[in-house]
Amino acid sequence: MASFEETGPRTPVVEPTRVDKVHPRAKLGKSFRVILTLIVTFIMIIPVLVMIMTAFKSRADIVTPPPKVLFHPTLEGFLYLFTDRSLFSPSNLEAARANPGNLDYWQKLALSVGQKINGPSDYVGRLKNSVIIAGTSTILSVILGLFAAYAFSRFKIAGKDDLLFFILSTRMLPGVVVTIPLFLLYKQLGWNDTHIGMIILYTVFNLSFSVWLLKGFIDEIPIEYEEAALVDGYTRLQAFFKIVLPQAVNGIAATTVFCLIFAWNEYAFALMLTSQKARTAPPSIATMLGSGGLEWSAIAAGSLGFLIPVAIVTFVLRDYLLRGVTFGAVRK
Amino acid sequence: MSHVELQHITKNFPGVTALEDVSFDVKDGEFFVLLGPTGAGKTTTLRAIAGLEHQDAGSILFDGELMDNVTPSDRDVALVFQQYSLYPTMSVFDNLAFPLRSPLRRTSVEEIRKKVEETAEILHISHLLKRKTAHLSGGEMQRVSIGRAIVRSPRVFLMDEPLSNLDAKLREALRVELQHLQKTQGSTTLFVTHDQIEALTMADRIGVLNEGKLIQVGTPEDIYDRPSTTFIAQLVGSPRINLYNAQQQDGTITICDSDIHMPAPKDGKLPADFQVGLRPEDVDLDPNGIFSGQLVLAEPLGVETILHIQSNKCTLLSIVPGISTYHLGDLLKFNIAYEHIHYFGLNGDRFKS
Amino acid sequence: MSTIELRQVEKKFGDLHAVKPLDLTIQDGEFIVLLGPSGCGKTTTLRMISGLETVSGGTIWLNGRNVTWLHPSARDIAFVFQFYALYPHLTVWRNIAFPLQAQGESRETVDKRVTEVAQLLRIEHLLGAHPGQLSGGDQQRVALARALVRRPAAFLMDEPLGALDADFRESMRSEIKRLHVLQHATTVYVTHDQIEAMAMGDRIVVMSEAAIQQIGTPSDVYNDPSNLFVARFIGSPGMNLVPGKYADRVVQMAGLDNRYAVPQGWHTALNKGLDGGSDIVVGFRPEAAQINDRGSLVGKVYASEMQGSSAVLHLTINENEIIHIRTDRLIPYPIDTLIHFDINPQMVRFFNPKTEAAIKPEVAQ
Repeated sequence: MASFEETGPRTPVVEPTRVDKVHPRAKLGKSFRVILTLIVTFIMIIPVLVMIMTAFKSRADIVTPPPKVLFHPTLEGFLYLFTDRSLFSPSNLEAARANPGNLDYWQKLALSVGQKINGPSDYVGRLKNSVIIAGTSTILSVILGLFAAYAFSRFKIAGKDDLLFFILSTRMLPGVVVTIPLFLLYKQLGWNDTHIGMIILYTVFNLSFSVWLLKGFIDEIPIEYEEAALVDGYTRLQAFFKIVLPQAVNGIAATTVFCLIFAWNEYAFALMLTSQKARTAPPSIATMLGSGGLEWSAIAAGSLGFLIPVAIVTFVLRDYLLRGVTFGAVRK
Repeated sequence: MSHVELQHITKNFPGVTALEDVSFDVKDGEFFVLLGPTGAGKTTTLRAIAGLEHQDAGSILFDGELMDNVTPSDRDVALVFQQYSLYPTMSVFDNLAFPLRSPLRRTSVEEIRKKVEETAEILHISHLLKRKTAHLSGGEMQRVSIGRAIVRSPRVFLMDEPLSNLDAKLREALRVELQHLQKTQGSTTLFVTHDQIEALTMADRIGVLNEGKLIQVGTPEDIYDRPSTTFIAQLVGSPRINLYNAQQQDGTITICDSDIHMPAPKDGKLPADFQVGLRPEDVDLDPNGIFSGQLVLAEPLGVETILHIQSNKCTLLSIVPGISTYHLGDLLKFNIAYEHIHYFGLNGDRFKS
Repeated sequence: MSTIELRQVEKKFGDLHAVKPLDLTIQDGEFIVLLGPSGCGKTTTLRMISGLETVSGGTIWLNGRNVTWLHPSARDIAFVFQFYALYPHLTVWRNIAFPLQAQGESRETVDKRVTEVAQLLRIEHLLGAHPGQLSGGDQQRVALARALVRRPAAFLMDEPLGALDADFRESMRSEIKRLHVLQHATTVYVTHDQIEAMAMGDRIVVMSEAAIQQIGTPSDVYNDPSNLFVARFIGSPGMNLVPGKYADRVVQMAGLDNRYAVPQGWHTALNKGLDGGSDIVVGFRPEAAQINDRGSLVGKVYASEMQGSSAVLHLTINENEIIHIRTDRLIPYPIDTLIHFDINPQMVRFFNPKTEAAIKPEVAQ
């Protein structure tokens, strides 16, 4: 160490660093931390990796112990997911195999596992329901939340703190607790298994969250901006659209992603309150467990397909999101 | 431009009285500075005039016209804030054009362009018009804010510490420009600050606020030469006024139990115990001076040097021009300009003479 | 106490020089101020001395020992930050005692030293309070006490008054200076406020654009600035710097017919300093101008400022130049009045606008 204290590190340090951070001992500590981080990251990512691999494994590969890391990828899982199939009787299977005819890729794939395709499965419809319900409810809760948050942030409202607490308290009960009363209520209203019912439910549920989150973001926008606009001759609504909205973009993006993730992933209500018409993807993936044995590859493929839209939205909004979620922490 | 009048304004916030019976007026074309420490009620006063805050009692009049129930947008005032007043999502041009585009004014596109360019010219920001405000320096930002106020000719300019976030050099430069602009345009201006030097240098008249009360209104000379309380005497002037407890006996005044004795003024109205204020420039170094003390600290500022002179228990601040060559520990002789001594009661109020 | 020496110390961030190679020797017991606008490298220099920042080149010597690569805590220095960095959950006493307790000092020593330093800074009555209950000035006093209590070899202070109100700043300024007069601890003090630097520094190191512009006493940097930057930066308002053309012992300034006859004794120096060119900058402090009806220079009143015991007149002498003149405050001048003035020949300075450097006068034989 004596040599270090006389000469310093071999290469010049060109970024802001404390002297003790470039010390050989500190460097050792740093590489240890990096390795530890990598290990933890790997552990965290294992389930996702297993899911992705399972989605591309054949039925045989999935059940082989120990789990195979190297395998021949196949789209069998996606076949099970997107189609409704029936088994060939042994004799028909012989005939079909002997004379494949003009089969497309999927039909061939089905044939190879001794099945024939009868038509598309209802998973596509479920995914569509998810998009409609989660998308609409997200937009609604962000818009309503924005106005409510603005009011809470800027106006003197009698009992403001109590109201805010009350709004948040709707999130304090686990969702399951209210499913039975909700089910009865929805039955009365005829909202069971309807899009509108689910949209309203998710909107209401997300609203408390979006009001709180957006209020935080709007609080950070100095009120002077709007006051300047008021004095300059604008109405409050005009000031809101011209001044507050452009500056709240980050917060709106962050809120959108969080609301979307909730509505997209919600399982319990969807299971109880929908059956066919408005059934969303999460319960439908789970029910695959029940029909026709354990189609692990189909479940994995379904989860993967289900993950992708949210991943895309989050990816597109990631810059806003990062700025959004660090906003409160960095300022001051 | 117009004449602004505040009559007995009182404003309470939960638990505090922000303003208590505040009355003053800003004359047409006057530069009026409200001076006071943080929390004195300066900003509340300004916001009440703008209509952003509603007073609990009293009235505000523009040219004799009652403003109490007029909305901020209809009062036709312009506000310059300490910071944050530029819209970060807009260009400089759009920021300047913003007040003109208000639905109340309905200015034509051509006229907006003309006015914005004129304003930019006056403030030397023409080259910045296309820039986003986020890419401006502090000084440029504040110029644009001022530009946004003068682009339409409002009845009153209200400025809330517009210079306090700038660095010293810029503050000095903008102070001069602001004053020149105000004088040449003859605009009625109410300027709020906690900085006594801004108040002295720019104001036609100063109003000193403390704890919601207006305690003195006068020209900078009035405030500096005849502060009505010890609070104002200490607030205004740098280096700060020397303030001592003093006793009087048989026409002789003794300050802070030292051997500094001075003749009491002839009118003989002073009580036995009171306070004495001495501006540093009234402590004159003089080789034949009748008082003496030891130099304990010298602060050379360039144009002048602040000397801390210890005489018994008394530390006096004195200023001498240029950079002094005295050494710490030197024995200095000095005189006191008796005619400029300020006399205050123990409660802090100035004795009328 | 101790000396600090910087030899060719530099700091690069990537390809950018935050501090260009600089040499600086600080004497034992000296109060050195690093002065400059934000981004000039003064704080980086201070942080390199403390070890909170590595150097990219050069060496730092504390008391003759090379400490360039020594851990900050092994350098025996105390650092005072702009934001007091007091522990909010500890009392003032515990805050001050903290560095001593960290060194494992005995209970009696800690008690004794905390009491001493509290007396020195006149905060004995606050020892039981928590930092949150104190005013800004008192918090900074406690921060100073915490630095002092360790009796380090040197103090490094990074704008310790920057967060205080103006009136507090003035009194804390003289308090810190008094403390230095009493203790004579080697101190490096960073500030962007030239008034603070002038009032406090034994010597001032003026920095700009990652390099030292001038090292000197307050009188040096005020009266004999080494270049245009220092002339402009020191003083409030700064030195008047008027560009003109020099020929035949006269400087012709732009705008109003201003011809300035250069005082005796400057001629050879100017001929030499301008390298045969004619562009010149005339510099004079506001107090060097003397209003005089028959003065050879003239300007128009732009604004006038009452500054307490004196006043400052701002004059336009052409379209671009505003100059400042210190006057007796009792003469009011309306805008656009023509003012004639002279410059005190002892107090005029000249600069070469190409190199920006001051031109040195001839030494009187």
